[in-house]
Amino acid sequence: MSNSIDDIQKEVVEEFSMLDGDMEMTINYIMELGEQLPPMSDSSKTDDNIVKGCQSKVWLNADFKDNKIFFEADSNTAITKGLVSILVRILSGRSPKEIVDADLRFIDQMGLNRFIGTQRSNGLGAMMKQIKIYGLAYSTKIN
Amino acid sequence: MSQILETQKLDIQKIREEFPILHQQVNGKPLVYFDNAATNQKPQRVIDALVHYYQHDNANINRGVHTLAERATAAYENTRKSVQKFINANEVEEVIFTKGTSESINLVASSWGRKFLNQGDEVLISAMEHHSNIVPWQMICEERGATLRVMPINQAGEIIVEALDDLITERTKMVAFNHASNSLGTINPIELIIKKAHAVGAKVLVDGAQATAHLPIDVKALNVDFYAFSAHKMYGPTGTGVLYGKRSLLEKMPPYQGGGEMIKEVSFSKTTYNDIPYKFEAGTPGIANVIALNEAINFINELGKANIAAHELNLLNYATNALNAIDGANIIGTAKDKVSVASFVVEGIHHFDLGMWMDAKGVAVRTGHHCTQPLMDFYGIEGTTRASFAVYNTVEEIDIFIDALNSIIKRFNK
Repeated sequence: MSNSIDDIQKEVVEEFSMLDGDMEMTINYIMELGEQLPPMSDSSKTDDNIVKGCQSKVWLNADFKDNKIFFEADSNTAITKGLVSILVRILSGRSPKEIVDADLRFIDQMGLNRFIGTQRSNGLGAMMKQIKIYGLAYSTKIN
Repeated sequence: MSQILETQKLDIQKIREEFPILHQQVNGKPLVYFDNAATNQKPQRVIDALVHYYQHDNANINRGVHTLAERATAAYENTRKSVQKFINANEVEEVIFTKGTSESINLVASSWGRKFLNQGDEVLISAMEHHSNIVPWQMICEERGATLRVMPINQAGEIIVEALDDLITERTKMVAFNHASNSLGTINPIELIIKKAHAVGAKVLVDGAQATAHLPIDVKALNVDFYAFSAHKMYGPTGTGVLYGKRSLLEKMPPYQGGGEMIKEVSFSKTTYNDIPYKFEAGTPGIANVIALNEAINFINELGKANIAAHELNLLNYATNALNAIDGANIIGTAKDKVSVASFVVEGIHHFDLGMWMDAKGVAVRTGHHCTQPLMDFYGIEGTTRASFAVYNTVEEIDIFIDALNSIIKRFNK
């Protein structure tokens, strides 16, 4: 992969800045991103892969190939699915070290805190934590 | 609602002027506040009372001899008298100030429960209780070896009255249920249940959190043993509530918490407790909040509960008809008698998405299980979207809400 995590984060922030902070356009765009997320295979949509928030549910599956972690994800809510798709876009296909070291600034920079503000309300915060845990787990595997 | 006999039409625009918070934009749209069952907004006079107290009268109550302490105490006790009148309690000492409905229920479960519940006894709640009227009873039942039983409901969200005779028996020691449901809006047949409970010698606690801003409350006529409610759901401040209890019961109950104000004399070998209500008011309470609650009561009294209820019923009917006309929208909670709560689900749209979209359009609604998970299980749903109305809401706002809903549904069907 040629683009670094930071490059893609910058790209995402630029895309969202074009929406001028308009909440309806932001939500609409997040949903569109979710609609483009490749469907998660049913075999990966297991209870073990559920990262649970209070109001929405996220499925996250990690595959380890060629020293890289590939994420597949889905959510039962359209907005969370869109947010999840951004995380997958930024972090899937990275080395465990890149994932562990990743500083996910885009959420602050895009004003997306509003969407994960209370960790209780959706599974995104929990998903970010889970992704980091996968990163750590696979980096010890390599070592 | 049968209570409404003659009502007077309220000037809603004038009422709205009393609520500064309503006049703002949220996400670039005029705010439509439909989350009143969670907490309603405060009129200027309540806000003024809070400010006035801190600017002029702030002092700790009860034991001070100086002028400010005297003023603060008088204002605090004045609210107690207003509450007594508001719920028609026999005596002012039967009004205990708490942090809110949850604490009021915990107080009874803990204090009354520890003294009067024994192995084999039963506590009866309803299937539509808020977690705060489930968990305290579960906790005390576990501690005392008592059993928690549940009054069933029908699909409309009404307690199945025919089932009560089998459930309310000589083993029943407490029947605890809400006057009106926060998730469904159902107004429960409290007179009937109280009579049935008393017939077997059981005590009754009514959770009035969703009722006090909408329905007349007469604890004497109801002959209810305990009645719990929150100030912030009746245009008053957060963090303050009331427990009404019959003197004969409160006097037999041990204190709930230890501390200042609740004692007569303290030595290391023995403490004698203060009389009611102070026995149950340990520590410095939310003095400013209690004082401001008086203004919230004045606000409701001036408008007249019957007038408020008539306006809200009008809003509820309007919203119900509009929701029923939307393909794919289903109202959860269709009881005959309801307070102004419209809870609904929309096929194919998760309530979280709906709530976020509504917010983007300036409409504040509540989404989720509303702290009634067993009730959501009954309906086989994860949660609902809930629009709940207060006296300052308008039909025009419901139109905005329905337009928003239609455009969100359109987006999802794209």
